[in-house]
Amino acid sequence: MPVKSSTEPKKSLRQVIAEHNSDPGALLDILRDAQEIHGYLSAAVMEEIADELDIPVSRVYGVATFYTLLATKPKGEHIIRVCESPPCHIRGAVNILETLKEVLGVNPGETTEDKKFTLELTSCLGVCGVAPAMMIGDQVYGNLTPERVKEILKTYA
Amino acid sequence: MEMVKVTIDGREVQVPKNSTILAAARAAGIEVPTLCYNEDLDVKGMCRVCVVEVEGSRTLQTACSQPVSDGMVVHTNSPRVRQARRVNVELLLSNHPQDCLGCVRNQRCELQTLADQLGIRELRFPRQVKSEQKDISTPALVRDPSKCILCRRCVEVCHQVQGVGALYPVNRGFDTTIAPAGGVDLGDVACVQCGQCSLVCPVGAIYEQDHTERVWAALANPDKHVVVQTAPAIRVSIGEEMGLEPGEVTTGQLVAALRRLGFDRVFDTDFSADLTIIEEGHELLKRLENGETMPMITSCSPGWIKYIEHFYPDLLPHLSTCKSPQQMFGALAKTYYAEKAGIDPANIYVVSIMPCTAKKFECGRPEMIDSGYPDVDAVLTTRELGRMLRENGIKFSELPEEEYDAPLGISTGAGVIFGATGGVMEAALRTVYEVVTGETLPSLDFTAVRGLEGIKEAEVDLKGKKVKVAVTHGLGNARKLLDLIKAGKADYQFIEIMCCPGGCIGGGGQPIPTTKEIRQKRIDAIYRADAGMPLRKSHENPAVQTLYKEFLGEPLGEKSHELLHTQYTKREKYPEKAADM
Ligand code: SF4
Ligand code: SF4
Ligand code: SF4
Ligand code: FES
Ligand code: FES
Repeated sequence: MPVKSSTEPKKSLRQVIAEHNSDPGALLDILRDAQEIHGYLSAAVMEEIADELDIPVSRVYGVATFYTLLATKPKGEHIIRVCESPPCHIRGAVNILETLKEVLGVNPGETTEDKKFTLELTSCLGVCGVAPAMMIGDQVYGNLTPERVKEILKTYA
Repeated sequence: MEMVKVTIDGREVQVPKNSTILAAARAAGIEVPTLCYNEDLDVKGMCRVCVVEVEGSRTLQTACSQPVSDGMVVHTNSPRVRQARRVNVELLLSNHPQDCLGCVRNQRCELQTLADQLGIRELRFPRQVKSEQKDISTPALVRDPSKCILCRRCVEVCHQVQGVGALYPVNRGFDTTIAPAGGVDLGDVACVQCGQCSLVCPVGAIYEQDHTERVWAALANPDKHVVVQTAPAIRVSIGEEMGLEPGEVTTGQLVAALRRLGFDRVFDTDFSADLTIIEEGHELLKRLENGETMPMITSCSPGWIKYIEHFYPDLLPHLSTCKSPQQMFGALAKTYYAEKAGIDPANIYVVSIMPCTAKKFECGRPEMIDSGYPDVDAVLTTRELGRMLRENGIKFSELPEEEYDAPLGISTGAGVIFGATGGVMEAALRTVYEVVTGETLPSLDFTAVRGLEGIKEAEVDLKGKKVKVAVTHGLGNARKLLDLIKAGKADYQFIEIMCCPGGCIGGGGQPIPTTKEIRQKRIDAIYRADAGMPLRKSHENPAVQTLYKEFLGEPLGEKSHELLHTQYTKREKYPEKAADM
């Protein structure tokens, strides 16, 4: 079963920015927290961050689009991250990705039409021992095969 | 200063500690090729064209960013260096469109020059060209991201110098592109159209919207009476487009060249600059008298106007209501001049030669039709005029010096100095002082407001009444003054703000390159042109005096309000869609 995410009450974006003393140097951390709060980085969220840090919104957007962990478009309910680092790659991550693309009908970076899943690529998840691996939400799945991937997806239906 | 000893290609040089390898090489008379490097901007070290071999270091070093150390031994032309440099340039070219023949920067392109200099004749890498659409969403500029080499100079200028930040690198890897936030066009964000990005772009990836075709068409149309006005800064920069050294005053040749192109009348924006001083000077005195919003800020620079409209709309009441000289000229050409010359204003076509891309935006502002027609029909930047003169085979430096036409070509030295930062202020002080005190100025030169320093201040004693003024250029500097005003800490009565570094002589439509050094040369030329004028105070301009007698009545009068003054538009910092562009 997927591990439950923490039950701490969510902070507001303003609080997060205040905790970082409105320091533009902390932009990446703030963006990560903002995504945690809002699910993705909407134009309005990025504009608010730009105003609070007193920097151009183009810089906020540039950083948000540079890091694959940050999303400027709404995401699905479950985020699937497939590891593409060499150990997983060698052990068949490509087949895993192909299976996911086929079953979900989306490419990496895209969200299924029913807004259920967003497919993403990631670098090493730190569980190379059970490569190939992926995460759905906070839950890690290892020793994947195309069949197992299909089974796992069913549990989210 | 602590000096260190460096050996470059076998030559020993002493250079200050912390110099870059590039600077040390130059001191040794050795030119290391560069591409992303720009002497006036922070070093980004993006292109790796400037790599050199440093003895004792395993990897090649970028000369533009790497500091020297004592005893360093550098090779700038070893086989390994030459190989790496070529590979870096060939990789750039492999995803470049390479349609040089049809490119606005053909023969004026740093990438092309570099490829030629390195003797690159074939590409060893597979071609993979980005198929990004051109962005023609603004009236002033065209972006062609397919030609962008990601040097980030435009980003640096837009963020650090102008404090606007309309462009930034988006995405990563092969998908990296320099673009506005949110994947929209430049016309959809708060870009002020200053064109400073186009001035530093080494290639044809950002450039001015072209108005040459419509001007050729007007010139060829026998029904059109085509008049041209030349901005103050053009006379000290057009020579560079025509092969002359920076810093020459070529007023007479400019007039002659425009006549050769076929303009029916060659007039001067300096005339309406003088007029601006009369109107703005009286506006200042009126504000001082009535205790209206202070400080008053100049309104000649359309990039600056757009900036305050987007970013400091609360401060709009501080702006002088005077239109810019370009727009005053247009409004008068199609009213006063039309009447005087007996020409139907519908048949008058007004062309401006401007150092500025934002002037293309300004002439299209919906309020700029006070003559009943578009007051200005086309705006050519210095670069576009250069193209037209070259196309026409005009041998610029061999032209005789000719005079502007009357009446809208008559001007004073006060009009000329509008082209340099501090010029509007100095011109205004020359007039305001004499109007208020009734005395002749002992010296016309207010040198405290001249030069390239970011923010300049002066205090003038108008016979007991002290007026404190400030002058700034470049929007990043302007922002500092605006924040002072916002905080209620600005005790000035009058502020001059120009959008571009150095003022109009450094405008976004000026010849490429426009470096700090070249800006200073053009400024020196402007003040030489001023000193050479028989009249140097706007209120002594006889054509302006006649204009008031025959047409306008008095400064700030009814006719002035109708034709020469304007109002401003509050704009969003994050426009949904820029409906007015
Ligand atoms: S930008 Fe330079 S290299 Fe590229 S097509 Fe234009 S002239 Fe050629
Ligand atoms: S025109 Fe000026 S404001 Fe607009 S992108 Fe270029 S540098 Fe920035
Ligand atoms: S648009 Fe021009 S200045 Fe900007 S990054 Fe690209 S090549 Fe450099
Ligand atoms: S390489 Fe995939 S989890 Fe480490
Ligand atoms: S010129 Fe040194 S890295 Fe581009």
